[in-house]
Amino acid sequence: MTRYTATTDSEQAAMLSAIGVDSVEQLFEDIPADLRLQRPLDLSAGLSEAEVFDRLASLASRNVHADAEITFLGAGMYDSYVPAIVDAITQRSEFLTPYTPYQPEVSQGGLQVMFEFQTAMSEITGLPVSNAALYEGPSTVAAAAYLALAATGRTKLVASRGLHPHSRETLRTYGAGYGSHLVEVEVEGGTTEPAAVAEATDEDTAAVFIQQPNFLGAVEDVEELAAKAKEHGALVVVACDPIALSVLRPPGECGADIAVGEGQPLGNRLDFGGPSFGFFCTTEEHIRRIPGRIAGETVDVDGRRGFVLALQTREQHIRREKATHNICTAQALNALAGMVHLAWLGKQGFVELGEILVRRTAYARSALAEVTGIELIHEAPAVRELAVSVSSPDGNGVDTDALLDHCASRGIAAGVPIGHEYPEYRSPLLIALSERTGRPEIDRLADALAEFLDAGVPHAATSRREVAA
Amino acid sequence: MSSTTPAETPMQSDRAITVYERSRPGRRAATLPAAGVPEPPLDELIPAKLLRQRPAELPQISEPEIVRHYNRLSRRNFDLDTGFYPLGSCTMKHNPRLNERVAALPGHARLHPAQRPARAQGALELMWLLERSLAEISGLPHVSLQPSAGSHGELAGLLLTRAYHVDRGERKTKVLAPDTSHGTNPASVSMAGLELVKLSTNERGGIDMDDLEAKVDEHTACLMLTNPNTLGLFDENISRITSIVREAGGTLYYDGANLNAIMGRSRPGDMGFDIVHVNLHKSFSQPHGGGGPGAGPIAVSERIAPFLPVPRVARRGGSNGKEARFELEYDHPKSIGRLRGFQGNFGVFVRAYAYILSLGADGLHDASGNAVLNANYLRARLSEGRASEYVPLAFDRRCMHEFVLSAAPAARRLGVKTLDIAKRLLDHGVHPPTIYFPLLVEEALMIEPTETETRETLDSFADAIESILAEAEDDPDLVRGAPYTTPVRRLDEVAASRHPVVRQSPRDT
Repeated sequence: MTRYTATTDSEQAAMLSAIGVDSVEQLFEDIPADLRLQRPLDLSAGLSEAEVFDRLASLASRNVHADAEITFLGAGMYDSYVPAIVDAITQRSEFLTPYTPYQPEVSQGGLQVMFEFQTAMSEITGLPVSNAALYEGPSTVAAAAYLALAATGRTKLVASRGLHPHSRETLRTYGAGYGSHLVEVEVEGGTTEPAAVAEATDEDTAAVFIQQPNFLGAVEDVEELAAKAKEHGALVVVACDPIALSVLRPPGECGADIAVGEGQPLGNRLDFGGPSFGFFCTTEEHIRRIPGRIAGETVDVDGRRGFVLALQTREQHIRREKATHNICTAQALNALAGMVHLAWLGKQGFVELGEILVRRTAYARSALAEVTGIELIHEAPAVRELAVSVSSPDGNGVDTDALLDHCASRGIAAGVPIGHEYPEYRSPLLIALSERTGRPEIDRLADALAEFLDAGVPHAATSRREVAA
Repeated sequence: MSSTTPAETPMQSDRAITVYERSRPGRRAATLPAAGVPEPPLDELIPAKLLRQRPAELPQISEPEIVRHYNRLSRRNFDLDTGFYPLGSCTMKHNPRLNERVAALPGHARLHPAQRPARAQGALELMWLLERSLAEISGLPHVSLQPSAGSHGELAGLLLTRAYHVDRGERKTKVLAPDTSHGTNPASVSMAGLELVKLSTNERGGIDMDDLEAKVDEHTACLMLTNPNTLGLFDENISRITSIVREAGGTLYYDGANLNAIMGRSRPGDMGFDIVHVNLHKSFSQPHGGGGPGAGPIAVSERIAPFLPVPRVARRGGSNGKEARFELEYDHPKSIGRLRGFQGNFGVFVRAYAYILSLGADGLHDASGNAVLNANYLRARLSEGRASEYVPLAFDRRCMHEFVLSAAPAARRLGVKTLDIAKRLLDHGVHPPTIYFPLLVEEALMIEPTETETRETLDSFADAIESILAEAEDDPDLVRGAPYTTPVRRLDEVAASRHPVVRQSPRDT
């Protein structure tokens, strides 16, 4: 008898006898003898609960988390405050422990959550149809490509360089299987050039991908870009930050055919990148091509209202190799967290949160722009994130690691360095705001950056880096 | 139960009301901090044409009402913590709450994915330790944790296969998969731009070897094998199968969704496979969440390793008394690239690693032993009485962790189909098995009890099946009308797909 099992030796003997064998080992005889492992696995012996907790707590203690410093990290996942009721509701066994709702009569809770979630995401994106969530952001962008390629029969994908680098990389990865190729369009002054989109898009373009706000934090004029994409019949896919859509015109009103995105800012933990969820909304035209689960409303034999998995003929277990996607297990619990967070924010709170972020971002821009050596990469409108370049007094770039180490020594995670992805900017840094970073925190960031740049000797930072690490 | 239309149960009196319908203008839950910075009108910061004209219709509801709403909704779900859930190929084993506790530690739950590696050493070490554990369990030396579910792992594995052949200058496009493979396999093959070739099943429930010999050729890119398969049977010809495919130049993909049957007892790597995906939400106890999250790490052989997704976790140093350091590596020129954002479903990794530490080598070995013992015991119980007559085993053999019954005789002789039996089980407080899968078995019921169930639970399930079949002999309409006690009864799924209503109507929001 081991942890989590119950069978006693005498029960085991009785069960083996009912089966008609002498030992558990005999039950494994279908495995050829030479393929049966003749030794114990090279893993430690099982530990007590207290020991496992201590082992994991010790690992956790070696991570600097968002409560241990002031964090301006973003780049797709944000330190949104998750209300306490999200944890309470998502930890309920009835939501935590069921499988996918294959038996709707005993899955009405989960199915109705999906229906509510679909309604909320449809409202936020301004598109009439939402699925019940996919894995996460970038792979959901790739799912949109799969739909667009199937819907148009074309092979080319066009993406703004304002699309998250992870999304562009993911489009390339899956493109090997999809048989598609990716063409990137430059960003000028922070936003995607409509003329460049028009130039890159042609009769073979299945979809044009835009991000709102884009990776550099700039709000795009989606309507103008969509119009260019549509001249050649390409679908328009907008990857969006759902929180930003509290104040921004929804993609559905700007000509988007598909709106997708990373759902983490809605009720989900940072969790070092997952699990979260990806949302996928589209027009009625594509409802039968949408990937993943969708809950639909119906009635039971007694006329009671109920919910079921709808349009299952799209899915892998029925349509097999012709399915609209291969997804089975998705991220239902994370979508529930998103829905509870949205209900908690509510119609008014959602807008207020967006407005707080816009104003704090505006303040952060002006505060940081005053620091000598810090320049805004663009002055396009922004909601919650801004991109800056950093120069040393001699006009060159700085040692970004040293800069980040210096800020860390002041208790601040200053931002995400993006020089590798955007080498055209000088020591660029992406800085995200949240409801947890107000004026005092922004001022501390500006002070820490000024201190580092005043010190002006990146070499001297080397010793600090060792201390901080 | 004497009437087919009993009075409404207490659960049924709680009507479906959505959070939108509970909404009243002006109500709210959230309190937010003041902006604390200058507050110019929004259109001075963002041009009006880019701003939303009307707010999104989200619920307007107080916090106590939100809590009550979702708690009441939760009671309309059946869950593993309340009852037996023998869903075949889904491994609905106990979800230890220790794992939830350690996943919620701020050092895990509140760690930003873009935190620099030097400041996330614990997380990277945990990923590395989990990779090493999965490598040992699977017998394949290199691991990527990135795929987010089993089907994501399948797609990753097929893209790896593709990249491997392209790198060798080979044009191979066909993927062989038996009709007992998992439902997601064919769709994964299509998404990888490859072509599915179906293999038939022999009378013992394994791959038809003649069919394999006939279909394998120089275009064979890969064999995808679920083993034990969805009949719960370990393919006896495994060594011949792997050598035939390998000789033809194909790679070997092992769908590890059923790994729970063989943990600590046999390893896909030792069987000759190149790629295996592991469902952390099945074998490794991550709760299923009503449809996710999960994770589908892949373990691969040396010849596939150069193509693994990036970033990869690397361990540096750690010898001569120096502390080891963990990094994320991107510089692998042959890599297929990223499958998703950031590093994967880390929260799932924490739970799975806690589970592996809890059980250890001995515990994993005992878990698979108990899983196979429980399945065979239940199989034996269901080979008696009415069950043997009306719902016989599809393949009358010893099984691994699951087995498949066919209700074809019940359908013919009693007019009671698999669906009816499944629905009637709901009135017994049991979640039905996986039904109508695998497709090659007529009226299939696929049953996987898992190792964490007691003998009493298995007995009561066998008794429930017996009692349903006895009822069906007397009054088949009673069974055909089930369920009666659930929050709703049989739902009109056809209407839901013919005229889909997939969101609350805008005027009701």
